[in-house]
Amino acid sequence: MAALPDAEPGDVVLRLSGITKRFGPLLANDAISLDLHRGEVLALLGENGAGKTTLMNILFGHYVADEGSIEVFGETLPPGSPKAALARGIGMVHQHFTLADNLTVLDNVVLGTEPLWRARSRHAEARAKLAELSETFGLAVKPDARIADLSVGERQRVEILKALYRDARILILDEPTAVLTPQETEALFATLQKLVERGLAIIFISHKLHEVMAVSRRVVVLRQGKLVAERHTSGTDRHELAELMVGRPIPEPKVEPIPVGAIALELKGVTVAGEGRARLQDISLSLHGNEIVGIAGVSGNGQGALADVISGIAEPSSGAVSLFGQEIHHFDPARMVAHGVARIPEDRHAVGLVGDLSLEENLISARYREAPFSRRSLIDWKKVREFATRIIADYDVRCPGPHAATRLLSGGNMQKLILGREMARSPRIILANQPTRGLDIGAVGYVHQQLLKARLAGAGILLISEDLDELLALSDRVVVMYRGRMSAPMARRDVTIRHLGLMMAGQGLADAA
Amino acid sequence: MRLEPRTESARSIWVIAPLAAVVASFVVAALLVLLGGASPLSVFAAVIKGATGTQFAFLETLTRATPLIFTGLAAAVAFRAKLWNIGGEAQLYAGAIMTIVLGTGALPLPAPILIPLIMAAGMLAGALLLLGPTFLKTRFGVDEVVTTLLLNFVMVLFVSMLLDGALKDPMGLGWPQSKKVIEAAHLPKLVHGKRLHLGFVIAIGAALVVWFINARTTFGYEMRAVGFNPRAARFAGIPVNWAMAKTALLSGGLAALAGVSEVAGLKGNLTLDLSPGFGYTGIVVAMLAMLHPVGVIAAAIFVAAMFVGADAMSRTVGVPNYIANVMVATALLTMVTAMLFTRFRLKLR
Amino acid sequence: MQVIQILFEASLWAAAIRIASPLIFATLGELICERAGVLNLGIEGIMTVGAFAGWVVVYHGADLWTGILIAAIAGAAFGLLHGFLTVPLGLSQHVTGIGITLLATSLTYYAYRLAFPSVTSPPKIATFVPLEIPLLSQIPILGDALFKQTPLTYFAFLAVIVVAYVLYRTPIGLAVRTVGENPAAVEAQGIDVTWLRIGAVAVGSAFMALGGAFLTMSAFNSFYFDMVNGRGWICIALVVFGSWRPGKALLGAILFAAFDAYQLRLQQLAGAYLPYQVFLMLPYILSILALIAMSRRAGYPRALMIPYRKGER
Repeated sequence: MAALPDAEPGDVVLRLSGITKRFGPLLANDAISLDLHRGEVLALLGENGAGKTTLMNILFGHYVADEGSIEVFGETLPPGSPKAALARGIGMVHQHFTLADNLTVLDNVVLGTEPLWRARSRHAEARAKLAELSETFGLAVKPDARIADLSVGERQRVEILKALYRDARILILDEPTAVLTPQETEALFATLQKLVERGLAIIFISHKLHEVMAVSRRVVVLRQGKLVAERHTSGTDRHELAELMVGRPIPEPKVEPIPVGAIALELKGVTVAGEGRARLQDISLSLHGNEIVGIAGVSGNGQGALADVISGIAEPSSGAVSLFGQEIHHFDPARMVAHGVARIPEDRHAVGLVGDLSLEENLISARYREAPFSRRSLIDWKKVREFATRIIADYDVRCPGPHAATRLLSGGNMQKLILGREMARSPRIILANQPTRGLDIGAVGYVHQQLLKARLAGAGILLISEDLDELLALSDRVVVMYRGRMSAPMARRDVTIRHLGLMMAGQGLADAA
Repeated sequence: MRLEPRTESARSIWVIAPLAAVVASFVVAALLVLLGGASPLSVFAAVIKGATGTQFAFLETLTRATPLIFTGLAAAVAFRAKLWNIGGEAQLYAGAIMTIVLGTGALPLPAPILIPLIMAAGMLAGALLLLGPTFLKTRFGVDEVVTTLLLNFVMVLFVSMLLDGALKDPMGLGWPQSKKVIEAAHLPKLVHGKRLHLGFVIAIGAALVVWFINARTTFGYEMRAVGFNPRAARFAGIPVNWAMAKTALLSGGLAALAGVSEVAGLKGNLTLDLSPGFGYTGIVVAMLAMLHPVGVIAAAIFVAAMFVGADAMSRTVGVPNYIANVMVATALLTMVTAMLFTRFRLKLR
Repeated sequence: MQVIQILFEASLWAAAIRIASPLIFATLGELICERAGVLNLGIEGIMTVGAFAGWVVVYHGADLWTGILIAAIAGAAFGLLHGFLTVPLGLSQHVTGIGITLLATSLTYYAYRLAFPSVTSPPKIATFVPLEIPLLSQIPILGDALFKQTPLTYFAFLAVIVVAYVLYRTPIGLAVRTVGENPAAVEAQGIDVTWLRIGAVAVGSAFMALGGAFLTMSAFNSFYFDMVNGRGWICIALVVFGSWRPGKALLGAILFAAFDAYQLRLQQLAGAYLPYQVFLMLPYILSILALIAMSRRAGYPRALMIPYRKGER
């Protein structure tokens, strides 16, 4: 790696040398070396599966590298020990928060900071120190609140405070903005600025280019496990970073304007009761054929309940759902499928597929009771095999064969398998819930292309996504969900990311507070 | 040392695991025998001779395997769908009770009608007994392990109550035992003058039927899908609760057949010591068979051989016959550990 | 009405406390395991081991408290095995627990038969004797019920206080509670999930063994086959009934035992009308009812029965 012009704000606090990690045949990290300096934000950029999280998990001791070494403040870090990493001042904010929901903020912060065998926890001192830190960095939290009662933004604050409470000097944030609204993201960036001013060094992991440009001083780019480039942020731009990240120009999905068809799906005043607040509150929406309606919102604001209703696994407590003008009275997944609803669920592993069943068994999971797959309760495995072979070929699912266990597939191939299963019946309504989450760019493009093809063919598509870029690229109309309520639909050309962000935080949604 | 997920399936483990289980059980047993001051080799020789040494011994092993095939199938069917039915003991007694209720003269029917009728009634009783805990599981999320276990104790007390009251043999000199079943309700012996009876053939048939259900029917498919991932199964539109209920009916029915077969084929009447834990041992049989119905036959014969052999051994060598229970439990734990390696590989460091 | 009158007899409550003692130990043990995220169905077998181990060393001349210590160690050993199989290996906690119960029970019976090949009546030991606490034992009803028990019973009550304190007031208790909620949170704070869970299961299993030891060293004076008789399974129900909290679990155990003592007395009154087996069934049925009643509560540890594998992708 060519040396960068030397204008570093501080000493090297962290040095990774030749880190290599294999998972079976997969080379997740290939001889990665990098330095981190005091008082800087270093962005670690790469698409899903590039090896960013693996690298940071090695740094933090969750994994042990096959080769290479790590130096923190000039000392070698013993491998495989989160404890050692913590003791040397490394703090990590994981993509999936590592908080215990049923415990208080204070409990979560104090955990592991005292000798385990002390006869009594020193809660009073801890409370004082936490208050001081919140004050200093402007990270307001209620120490006695249960984590379960906090918003996502507040939970992230707790995670950062956890690290600061341990006097972290190096802070790693793994995709910290994935679940935040644009405004919460800005607040996070302000916090990071304060931390850096006080001499912390920060590694900011992301695949979002504009955030990397906004927050970092330097950028390193990972691609397929290799460190492919290192740039000063001021000396690069989004286009260059995008190409470095993907290794080729990124195809932009093209949405051709076409006239919408008849109303396919209509929700009128749909409410789903929950414990305490309703999961869905008086939702009305109509989805036409040849149309994609994007649903924006911070996760947990009712998108799950909406998806459950349309998937047929939750029943509205009031309101009406109609498919092609016919009101649905019995909510049942099989019935929804029979009505022509295709469902791409949010969680491929837990909901979309049964990992221990074979590909062919998964492909018939919604249709195993129908001819030609079964007759009089007897399954015709020959017909199933023929069908599976065809889908696997048509949708380019890379696998050892239709009999292989589905859990052995990569995320992208799992999603192709689901697409194949759902699209094979030429659906008229498609519910796509986070269809590209965690996929690499190639697979993302494939999913987008399939959705657009279905739109041209006449399907109405409900696209739930936390990726605002994706939503704005694909949708004809956009709605925002907040606390179980839904905004009025807006045409895509009338919407800006900033505006969406404010609505995602609850502003401008009628009586939504 | 750590476990890493395999990226390919490992077929060889399916052969190695049961072998490892057998070997481990013998190793542990050898240690215990040494502790007891006897020679492991002579003990094992006595066990094997006692289980297979003579025609009588071998037929005795098959006789003992018969109820274990039924309870093993019951566990295999339920565990496949992740319905943790530990209540095989109670369901066995439910089948036994129905055999006595219908088979001691209440229905003067010829054998070809009476025997199927008793089997059907027994299966129904066992099936309904498991339906309760299954309903509590699907409806209220109550752990079925604990409820089925507790019901075992309730059922044994219920049988005890019946043997003191409604089903008590008036000619039994006050012993808590029922009347004998009538001739038409007897399962005929397979070998004249020996104890092996038609129940063994029925058990083999039941295993083949379960095999067919698993491999070819939509019900078998549902059980697998629900067992591996109930959330995904429900999302796909598989009626999860109904599939659970059907699984419970089949599993409870199979366990009940163990009771029918023991009473109608072997004992002739119902006593409180009808089952020396066949219900619990069935769990081990199912795990040793890796839940495969045909494997259950082999595993049941192996386990039965251990018990029959140990009984004979303890009479001659004097090492306590509980050694067989230890071996069976060791085999179970080794088996589940070995099965782990179908999914993971051990990586040093 | 005699049926009501019984409720106010000190002897009923003294019996209730006596019956509750082994349940308190074992319920605490299961509670500790489950708080750390591990269901321990080995409980029935581990109680059997505890009952035998404590008793047999006392029979061979050790003093009673040494017997208690040995029982706890034996229980912890099986706890370690259960912990090893379910935590780092992540095996099914259901199947492993049943396996541990089968193994522990059969090993105990084997050892018993080895030690006493041909006894018709099982040998007896001198057990703990009731210890009257001065002054306190003079309180009407309460004194007779609570303060004329054996030291082992006092130990059980003390154990509840200690366990509650450790769980809620100390760093290690916080770590155990957290690992049952979200092991990743524990790992992220530099604490080893594997050893924490194994440790909790071992300690919990030691308590279970004490519950068993109470049977042979305080309640009875000898070891019998099947003497645990489902008490372990009942304790699993009591943990649920107590919402995974030591205080509530204690209350549950006493209520349950009071009911058991009450039905014993009822048997003498109503035995002529109902077979005695009906009364014996009641504890088990009560446990099932308790499970149903508490099923809607959300207090269970969120990571219960979910194995945690470091480096799982």
